[in-house]
Amino acid sequence: MHPAPSVIVFSVLSGIGFGMLAWLGIESTPATGMTAFWWYLVAFGLAVVGLVSSTFHLGHPERALKAFTQWRTSWLSREGVCAVLALCVMGLYAAALIFMGTHIAILGWIGAALSLITVYTTSMIYGQLATIPRWNTPLTTVLFLTFSITGGALISGRISTALVLLVASAFVQVIWWKKGDTAFADRGSDLGTATGLGKRGTVRSMAHPHTSPNYLMREFIHVIGRKHAQKLRVISLVLMAGVPVVLLVLPFNHIFGLLAVLSHLAGVATSRWLFFAEAEHTVGIYYGAR
Amino acid sequence: MTDLPTSTDKKLGLVIDLDTCVGCHACVISCKGWNTENYGAPLSDQRPYGEEPMGTFLNRVHSYEVTPKGQAAQTVHFPKSCLHCENAPCVTVCPTGASYKRKEDGIVLVNESSCIGCGLCAWACPYGARELDQAEGVMKKCTLCVDRIYNENLPEEDREPACVRTCPAGARHFGDFADPESNVSKLTAERGGMDLMPELGTAPVNKYLPPRPKDTWDDESILAPFLEPVAEETAGFLGWIDKQLSRLPGDTNKMEGAE
Repeated sequence: MHPAPSVIVFSVLSGIGFGMLAWLGIESTPATGMTAFWWYLVAFGLAVVGLVSSTFHLGHPERALKAFTQWRTSWLSREGVCAVLALCVMGLYAAALIFMGTHIAILGWIGAALSLITVYTTSMIYGQLATIPRWNTPLTTVLFLTFSITGGALISGRISTALVLLVASAFVQVIWWKKGDTAFADRGSDLGTATGLGKRGTVRSMAHPHTSPNYLMREFIHVIGRKHAQKLRVISLVLMAGVPVVLLVLPFNHIFGLLAVLSHLAGVATSRWLFFAEAEHTVGIYYGAR
Repeated sequence: MTDLPTSTDKKLGLVIDLDTCVGCHACVISCKGWNTENYGAPLSDQRPYGEEPMGTFLNRVHSYEVTPKGQAAQTVHFPKSCLHCENAPCVTVCPTGASYKRKEDGIVLVNESSCIGCGLCAWACPYGARELDQAEGVMKKCTLCVDRIYNENLPEEDREPACVRTCPAGARHFGDFADPESNVSKLTAERGGMDLMPELGTAPVNKYLPPRPKDTWDDESILAPFLEPVAEETAGFLGWIDKQLSRLPGDTNKMEGAE
């Protein structure tokens, strides 16, 4: 799959933003006033910048409001609805804390639940696609949710929780990669089933329909990025979990905290880039490629 | 709503005969022509005369080589367009309701004025039947020429999809799969019509007819016995000439049995 920067930025930032909102929503003794304002500015900033970025790859962003209508069948539509609900509920909760110093616990819990449901719907947009076996597993949901609460815990300064979650997310990531590497072959689709000619003999693509690449090939067949996949996996793990764990174990220092967050973001972004670049779509079969 | 209909009154679709297709791409051109000049956004081209030309096509012809074990390879031309699946994954993923499957005839269509061009339906289609038009930013797909098949302004023989109407080999057939007596249902039954990637559960309506088995080099020819000489002995005037000429030296081809 073509790794579109707008979608990578969207899913990384909004995932961590909603994870942070979830942590902020369940605090028993939350900050109020200006302190709360800065926390919520960061969380809303991440979530909203991510969501806005996701509209950049649309052909007709001016019609984006229509995307709220099909929540009964479409995970993309459900994501839009859940994101707006989560932001509204958490916005009310945050406004009460910031401007009135009032802690409405139930609102925070509802907002936290909606934030995590939003991340769940994001994961299902990818996880539902039978055409991309690497993504088409419940583990994709586990991956997205783990990354979300890990990043949220890290940015909101929950150091001991973040340490556990950083190790857990590295673990989930490795399992997801390992399962993903055989997912396409396990599904059993090949040029034989794709053309129906497999029972007659071995099938080989002899000529593409046109002499130069088309939309389908550009969107679904991204072989260039896979060259350094193994190295990028290691880099991603080191940046996502290794460096932050070391920095958090050291005596606390705000510079170390900031570096841990930036390193984690870079690692998750690398992982998300690989998420797309390594994904093989069944359309590739018809072109004799993955 | 982008719910799929539980059943459709008709199941309009195509039968594509892989035995007959000669790979001329006439269906590709007639499809591009009709769907650029008629319903919906035109099918754009990018750099049509430049390097790496690219364009939107609703129908593309691949060419494959099938090699049966121990036999000669065989070329199969393979036209591919939307299969109008009964369980169309492209429809349910649409966030705006632009994609839908019609209850009356089962055709899968895109309402272009509602399409936001997110591309998720193209991701959900296993077959590469949907292409995002690079100029219009909306999703394009085969409409089964919905603006031809019901069009009473056209002569009756033209009320079928442009690709079917134009195919010079007669490799494409259009009809209603819900009717067991239709041409397409009969062809599918007689020739063992196949689904593409059945393992994905999309239940495509369009069917592909496999190539008929070809002769092999090992087969005894059924015509060879008829090529045996009908007269072993020469007779008459020509026979006498043959004998006299055979006596003379200088024959380059010694015929079997000639003295």
